[in-house]
Amino acid sequence: MFQEAASPRQPEVVLRAVDITKTYGATQALKGVNFEVKRGKVTVLFGENGAGKSTLMKILAGVESPTGGHLELDGERIELRSPNQAVDHGISIIHQELNLCPNMSVRDNIFIGRERTRAFGTVDYRGERKIVRGLMERLEEKIDPNTLVADLRLGQQQIVEIARALAMDARILIMDEPTSALSASEVEVLFKVIKDLTGNGVAIVYISHHLEEAIAISDHAVVFRDGELVATEDAANIDLPWVVGKMVGRAAEYDFRGEERDYGDVALSIEHLKVVDAAGEGRLAVNDVSLTVRHGEIVCLYGLMGAGRTELVEALAGRGAIASGSVKLGGGDISGIDISGTSIIERIKLGIGLVPEDRQRDGLVQSMSVGQNLSLSSLLELTKRFLISRGRESSRIRDGISEVRVKTPGPGAAITSLSGGNQQKVVIGKMLLTDPKVLLLDEPTRGIDVGAKGEIFSLLFREAKKGLAVLYVTSEIGEAITASHRIVVMSKGRVVREFDPYTASREEIMAASGESEVGIHPIGTPSE
Amino acid sequence: MSELSHAAGKAAAAQDTSRKINLRALMMEGRALFALLLIVVVFSLLSPNFLSADNLIIMTRHVAMNAILAIGMLLVILNGGIDLSVGSTVGLSGVVAGMLLQGLEIKSLNVFLYPAVWVVIIVSLGVGTLVGYVNGVVVARLKVAPFIATLGMLYVARGIALLITNGTPFSSLEGEAGLGNTGFLTFLKGAPLGLPMPVWAMILFAAIFAVVLSKSPFGRWLYATGGNERAAELSGVPVKKVQTRIYVLSGLCAAAVGLLLTGDLSSATPAAGEFFELNAIAAVVIGGAALSGGRGTIRGTLIGAFVIGFLVDGLVLIGVSQFWQQIIKGAVIIVAVALDQLQQTLQKRRSAKAAVSPPKPSERTPAPV
Repeated sequence: MFQEAASPRQPEVVLRAVDITKTYGATQALKGVNFEVKRGKVTVLFGENGAGKSTLMKILAGVESPTGGHLELDGERIELRSPNQAVDHGISIIHQELNLCPNMSVRDNIFIGRERTRAFGTVDYRGERKIVRGLMERLEEKIDPNTLVADLRLGQQQIVEIARALAMDARILIMDEPTSALSASEVEVLFKVIKDLTGNGVAIVYISHHLEEAIAISDHAVVFRDGELVATEDAANIDLPWVVGKMVGRAAEYDFRGEERDYGDVALSIEHLKVVDAAGEGRLAVNDVSLTVRHGEIVCLYGLMGAGRTELVEALAGRGAIASGSVKLGGGDISGIDISGTSIIERIKLGIGLVPEDRQRDGLVQSMSVGQNLSLSSLLELTKRFLISRGRESSRIRDGISEVRVKTPGPGAAITSLSGGNQQKVVIGKMLLTDPKVLLLDEPTRGIDVGAKGEIFSLLFREAKKGLAVLYVTSEIGEAITASHRIVVMSKGRVVREFDPYTASREEIMAASGESEVGIHPIGTPSE
Repeated sequence: MSELSHAAGKAAAAQDTSRKINLRALMMEGRALFALLLIVVVFSLLSPNFLSADNLIIMTRHVAMNAILAIGMLLVILNGGIDLSVGSTVGLSGVVAGMLLQGLEIKSLNVFLYPAVWVVIIVSLGVGTLVGYVNGVVVARLKVAPFIATLGMLYVARGIALLITNGTPFSSLEGEAGLGNTGFLTFLKGAPLGLPMPVWAMILFAAIFAVVLSKSPFGRWLYATGGNERAAELSGVPVKKVQTRIYVLSGLCAAAVGLLLTGDLSSATPAAGEFFELNAIAAVVIGGAALSGGRGTIRGTLIGAFVIGFLVDGLVLIGVSQFWQQIIKGAVIIVAVALDQLQQTLQKRRSAKAAVSPPKPSERTPAPV
């Protein structure tokens, strides 16, 4: 920051985001963020899910355009209308989700949209192949350029994604969760490549849920919370407790730990449940999980992405097929109804329903009104002589709206006109109207603001007091501690430990999930 | 129009979302209605006969059959599917009726069976329903894309109709008093209260399905599966059952049209109903339904059927060549859907703006209007 003009060797800011805001419908993902990327440095972004990191990265890479604010490259204002424009400016991104065409070869994927051509516009396959071989050598991976991406395992596909970004020779390289499918040795190679790149003056922006891994590679740390940038610090001054503290911030505005615990009989009993990974390769997404939830109890499933939590609750709700094991519902402590062979419809009737992870894709019918979404699961009960009784339906919808406290202009309002939090309340309300015994929720607070989070949990605790058994998935550690009666940690398809939220510490829980103890060593320390 | 949009703006400002939706629906259907009025005005100016009672009844009679097919098609399109087999089903069910009226020979007993007219009608409707059921099973259970499944059925059903007739139409459908199978044509050609039978059938089908769509759980499920199938499934909607049933109902509608058309022509022709599916799709689309599913109404579809029917008949009346008729009809379909898309885009942009502006009143800058 001092003598900038005098010493050009100082880390200079190459890319600056000024006052960026981003709104999706009624939710604000970014609230006026100022952010700098420095030449030859690794800037690491920390933050919980929905804090706004990925949104900002998408804006920097031209995938999304900001609602307000602007970008400056080398001090000059730029506008990115497409990813290709970003690439032209030397900015490329490795996305969190894999963006590959599985039906095409590694070579084709790496050069997709930017094929090297020879005379008459034909593709220079040989030249492309040579470059891909070089990239693979650099990444120490034995992948033939002609292999179909579909034939690669997930970790190798991620390597291809990385190679594609490297092939662009970017000055600014954004890596959004580049290591989620990589093995420890592959991560080490990637870090070596990152050091190479920064040595050549490339600026890296890095996001990872593996906190210690991210701390090890960082030069600068930036922490996001609820769409705002809350802290910037040099790597020398940070450690795990600092990062976790900043990420979670002040204690959440809700804390249900003081609630009395009054559990009834076992409502849901899972024994030795196995679920096959839908992504294939014969792996088990859920591996021998046993778990019980009692009436009135709120159990939180904590873990990293890919730990098998979503697969578990989806299998319980009837979406994924159960490979083996039993799932029993209600019926006291001894026996119950085995629901493992029943359909979603039958399970809802028996009293178990799911509030899915992706509200837009799986939770709502966007073309229908608030009221129609609320009553969708319980239409048959409202039907008299083949027709829906209008009076009964509207009174049921009114009850639903007041019970889950949806803020809506009326039952006829378009569901898309509500904020994320209120949309989520509608999805939960839809299930509550079926009178469930067990309610499953997958990331119920994803992408909604703090106030609405508190409201959703107080709703769940109210229902639990009436005897509802709740099992919910979360990736937010603060949420797990302040809003559950029991924390069950999953990792790699298995239940690894259970915690009492009264006594457990954040670090313990994170360690159990594998979040803060990845099998890699800080760069420079000899392994073994 | 300007008054309408002014009112829409006011409603949006008042955040009265439920009223906004009604207005929006009104505007969407209003456009097709506006087109219909335009057609009526233009043709009545060009031809004094256009608005005569006789001509109106004749045109409505033509509209009716397409409207019934379009109602069945609407159900399928609401689900995000398509039924290309309805034209062939029209031909097949007519031919089945014709065959039964000729008498069924049972060789082993050496007798001819002459079923009563009501049996003939029920069996023909049953055949259409069966065709629809096969479509439904192939789409819902075997997961074949609706376009392909019903394209296949288009050929199969037409082939069966040709097999039954050996390519020549059945033209003696009057029956014989001694055999107890008279009255088929009299019934279909009847005109109670001055309205031809197809018009009555259209009114009946429209009334029934309007109630089914707006008031029954099945109707709600259909809109839900068309709007978001994954969400509907997780909500406990019997997605597969709904999908199978709509093809069954579409087949039933087609079979009814097959009978009406047979009555109209006084003969059961295997080639009857060729390309009818395309007119039905056009009516649904002009009526404001989305091919992606989840959006569309019976009212809109009826208006769409009238737009197409009146347009074609009007062009015939004023002596426009058949070639030009095709070009004009095609252009109307494209313009209708393009306008619909345009409105959707504007709607989205407006609601996105509305979502952005409220939170920070302090930062309100004079935006370019």
